[in-house]
Amino acid sequence: MIHVQTTLNGEPVEFLCEPRQSLLEVLRETLGLTGAKEGCNNGNCGACNVLLDGALVNACLVLAGEVQGRTLTTIEGIAPAGGLHPLQRQFLEHAALQCGFCTPGFIVAAKALLDCTPQPTELEVRQWLAGNLCRCTGYDRIVRAVLAAAEEAQA
Amino acid sequence: MTTTAKPAQFKVLGSTPVRQDGVDKVTGRAQYGADIRLPGMLSGAVLRSPHAHARIKSIDTRAAEAYPGVRAVATARDLPDLESKVADLGEGSVNLRYQSSNLLARDKVLYFGHALAAVAAVNAHVAEAAAALIQVDYEILPPVLDVRQAMRPDAPILLEELRTDELGQKGEQPTNIAAHYLDETGDLEQGFREADLIVEREFTTAMVHQGYIEPHSATALVTADGQVTIWCSTQGAFGVREQTAEILRLPASKIRVIPMEIGGGFGGKIGVYLEPLAVLLSRKSGHRPVKLTMSRREVLAATGPTSGSSIKVKMGANRAGQITAAQATLIYEAGAYPGSPVGSAMGVIFAPYRLRNARVEGYDVVVNKPRTAAYRAPGGTNAAFASETVVDELAERLGLDPLAFRLQNGVQEGDRRVNGVAYKRIGLLEVLRAAQGSAHYQAPLAGPYRGRGVAAGYWGNYGGKSSASASVNADGTVSLLEGSVDIGGSRTALAMQLAETLGLPTESIRATVADTDAVGDTEGTYGSRTTFATGWAVYEVGQQLKAKLCERAARLWGVPADQVQYADGSFASGEQHLTLAELAAQLDRLGGPVVASAAVQPKNYGPGFAAHIVDVEVDPETGKVQVLRYTAVQDAGKAVYPNYVASQMQGGAAQGIGWALNEEYVYDAQGRLLNANWLDYRMPVSLDLPMIDTLIVEVPNPGHPFGVRGVGEVPIVPPAAAVANAIYRAVGVRMTELPMAPGRLVAALQAG
Repeated sequence: MIHVQTTLNGEPVEFLCEPRQSLLEVLRETLGLTGAKEGCNNGNCGACNVLLDGALVNACLVLAGEVQGRTLTTIEGIAPAGGLHPLQRQFLEHAALQCGFCTPGFIVAAKALLDCTPQPTELEVRQWLAGNLCRCTGYDRIVRAVLAAAEEAQA
Repeated sequence: MTTTAKPAQFKVLGSTPVRQDGVDKVTGRAQYGADIRLPGMLSGAVLRSPHAHARIKSIDTRAAEAYPGVRAVATARDLPDLESKVADLGEGSVNLRYQSSNLLARDKVLYFGHALAAVAAVNAHVAEAAAALIQVDYEILPPVLDVRQAMRPDAPILLEELRTDELGQKGEQPTNIAAHYLDETGDLEQGFREADLIVEREFTTAMVHQGYIEPHSATALVTADGQVTIWCSTQGAFGVREQTAEILRLPASKIRVIPMEIGGGFGGKIGVYLEPLAVLLSRKSGHRPVKLTMSRREVLAATGPTSGSSIKVKMGANRAGQITAAQATLIYEAGAYPGSPVGSAMGVIFAPYRLRNARVEGYDVVVNKPRTAAYRAPGGTNAAFASETVVDELAERLGLDPLAFRLQNGVQEGDRRVNGVAYKRIGLLEVLRAAQGSAHYQAPLAGPYRGRGVAAGYWGNYGGKSSASASVNADGTVSLLEGSVDIGGSRTALAMQLAETLGLPTESIRATVADTDAVGDTEGTYGSRTTFATGWAVYEVGQQLKAKLCERAARLWGVPADQVQYADGSFASGEQHLTLAELAAQLDRLGGPVVASAAVQPKNYGPGFAAHIVDVEVDPETGKVQVLRYTAVQDAGKAVYPNYVASQMQGGAAQGIGWALNEEYVYDAQGRLLNANWLDYRMPVSLDLPMIDTLIVEVPNPGHPFGVRGVGEVPIVPPAAAVANAIYRAVGVRMTELPMAPGRLVAALQAG
C-alpha cells in the first residue's frame, strides 16, 4: 500500500492506496467523493474531471499514488461556502443539464477554462469542452451557460 | 420561441423554474447507480464471451471460487429454467426465457460480450481477476452478422426453436426470421400507374448505441428472510421489479426497487442486465450487498444497441405534386434474440403523408450481435432516413420546394395511416408552416459545397400506467410522490402540473421519485410518456386535494362543501376567505391530514411531428461534413417546461447527427466488436455541433387535461434524413448508407 498526503478541496487528506488504483477509484471508493463519475475509465468522456494543481485532468488516468504533496479540487470543492459557483448557477439557469451525470465534469472543466481564459469565445468554449461528452443536451445550453458565467464573473 | 395554435391560459405551465434536483446535480451530490455504498458491500464482475457464436460445452468455475477474496460465483445454472413467456416492456416486449438467457448464457453464446458468469468479491479488482480464471469450453460456430445473410435458407441458425411469426401464423422451419409483418392500404399497382415519377432506392444503416454516459449499475441485498432490495440506474423501477421477479421466480412483494438517479437511458435502461445477477450473488454470498457496475466496453458490447437495417423504399408522385403510391420493405437486426423495433419503424416510415395506396412490410431478424433495446423513437431514425430521402428526391425532381411538397401531402386530423388508424388532432401542417417561416429557412445559404436539407418525422408517443400521491403540509406546501424516474427534469414538469392544478407556485410543490414500495405501479420513463401520463396522475391528485380541502374549509366555516370556492391557493365562501396555508395550519383539528393518490392509464396520447432544417458544408477532399446551422421544429402539444422541451429537441438532433455522420458498430468477420470504446465509437462532441435552434409549436392534445403530447422521441427521427438531403444539395450525391462517414462520402463522390 502507498501512503499519500494531499490537499483535497482545501483540506489536508491522507489515504492508503494500492499502486494500481486510479485517483478516480480512490476519490469514489476510499474518500467517499462520488461527484466525479466513471463514464469510460479511459479518458474519453471527461465525467471524472478534477483539477490537479489547478490543471484539468481525468481522474481515471491519474494514479492515486501520483497526488502525493499536490493540490486537488473536485466538483465538491467548487462552490463557495453557503452558495454556488457562477458556473453552477448558470448551468441551472440555462437548463444546461438533463440527466446530470456529465455535469460535474463539465463544470470542473469549464472552471479550468475560465481560470485561464476569463472571457472565452464560443469557439474557445467548444474547443476546451471537446473532451467532455454529453449525450442529452447537444451542448447548446452548456456552451451558453459557460459564456454566461464568464460574463457574470466579469460584471 | 413558442407559437401557440390555440392559446390556453396557464399560470405555471410554460414557465421556467430551476429544476428541483438541480442543486444536487451541479454540486456532485446527486447519487447515481454506482454511487451507492452499503456496509459490508461486495463488488462484482461479469465474464463475457470472446466469441460471437458458440455452443457452451462446459463452464468450470472452481478456480474462481477458490480465489482469495471471492464470495460467490453464479452461472446460468443458478437461474430458473423459464418457459417462453412474453412480457410487455412498454417500448418493445420481451420473451422472458430469452431475457434470462441474455443475462447468463445457457447453452450457446450468441454475441461477442454475451455474459456467462458473475463473480462477487471483496472488491472489483479481485472479482475481475477471479472471473478471468473461469474455464469455458466452446464449440465455435460460424457467426451471422448481416440480415440479408441471416435470411438465406442455408444460414447458420442462432435459435434452434425459433419459427417465423408469418403474419400471425407460425412457420415450420428453423429460421433466423423471427417475424414478418405487413400493413397495406388501397391498390399499390394502380397508385404507381398514376405516378408520373417513381423513385426507388435501397438503404442500409449501421447498428448504433444509445450512448448514455452512465454505465449500467445495480446493487442488491437479499436478507435472510428472502426480502430483496435493489438499488439501480433504471428508466423504470417497476419494470426492474417485474423482470427480476419473473426471471428469478420471486413474488413481486418480496422485491423492493429503489431507483437511483439515472445518467441517461434513451431506451437502453428498460430491460435488466445486472439486477438479477446481483440478487443471485447476494443470496449466494451469505446475504451481503453486491454491486455490479459495467465498464464502458461492456456497455457497448453487451447492452443497448439499436438495429442496423436494410430498407427498400419506392414512391410515386404525379406532376401536380401528389404522392400516388408508397412501398417499403424494412429488415431490422434484432440482435441475438427476437424483438427489433421494426414494428414501430413501419409506423414511422410514411406517417407524415396522406397515402391512398401503400404497402409496408417488415422483418425482424436475429443476428450474432447484442440483443437490441429501445433507442429513442425505436426504429424511427432508420425508417425516416430512407423515406424522407426519397420524398426529398421526388420534390427535387418535380421542381418543388421540399417543405411545400410535404405540406401538400401532409396528414391532418381524419387522415388514415397505412395501418388504417385515423389521426386525431395533430400538428404536422403547423410544424411544416413554422419551418417554412423560420429565420433559418428564409435565410440564404451561399458558398461552395454547402447545402440545406429538410426532413419531417413522426412518433406516436405513449400513455401507460402512472401513479402519484401527495400530502398537504402544515405550511400549505404539498409533497408529491411519483413513480417516474427523472432523466431530464420530470420532477419539475410534474410539480408544475400539480401547481397549475392547485393554483400554487411551483415552489410550493416538492416532487420526489418514489420506490416500488412507496407509490403505485408506474411504467418507466420511456415512450415520451412521463409528462403526459404521470402528469395526468398528478392532475387527478390535484383535483382530489382540492375537493378534500374544500370540505375542510366548509367544516371550518360550517357551510356545505359545495358553497366553498377554491382558486389560486385561496378558499372563499360568501364573505369569508382563507388561504391554503391558513387552512393547512388547522388541519389537525379539522379531521387530520389531507392526502390523495391517483393511478391512471390514459390512452389518448397524441402523436408528435417534427421538421428539421440543416445546413452543411462538405469537404470534397476528406468527405468530412460540418454542420453549419440547425433548426428543430416540433409540435409539443402544451410545452409544460419549455427549456427542457427545447433541450429534448436539441439532444435528439445531436444524437441524430451522430447517427448520421459517425456512429456505427464495427465488427470483424468473426463477429468481434472492434470499437467498444468512445475513442473509436465516435459520438458528437461540442466542437462538432453548432447551436441548435428550436421552434416549439403548440397544438394541444385534446386527450390530455393540459394538452400535453410528449416530446422526447420525435426529435431523433428527422436528423439523418435532413443531413443526407443537405449533403445532396451540397455535392449532388444521394447517400444511402449510414453513417455518412468521410470515407463513404468520398467513395460516393468518386463514383459520381
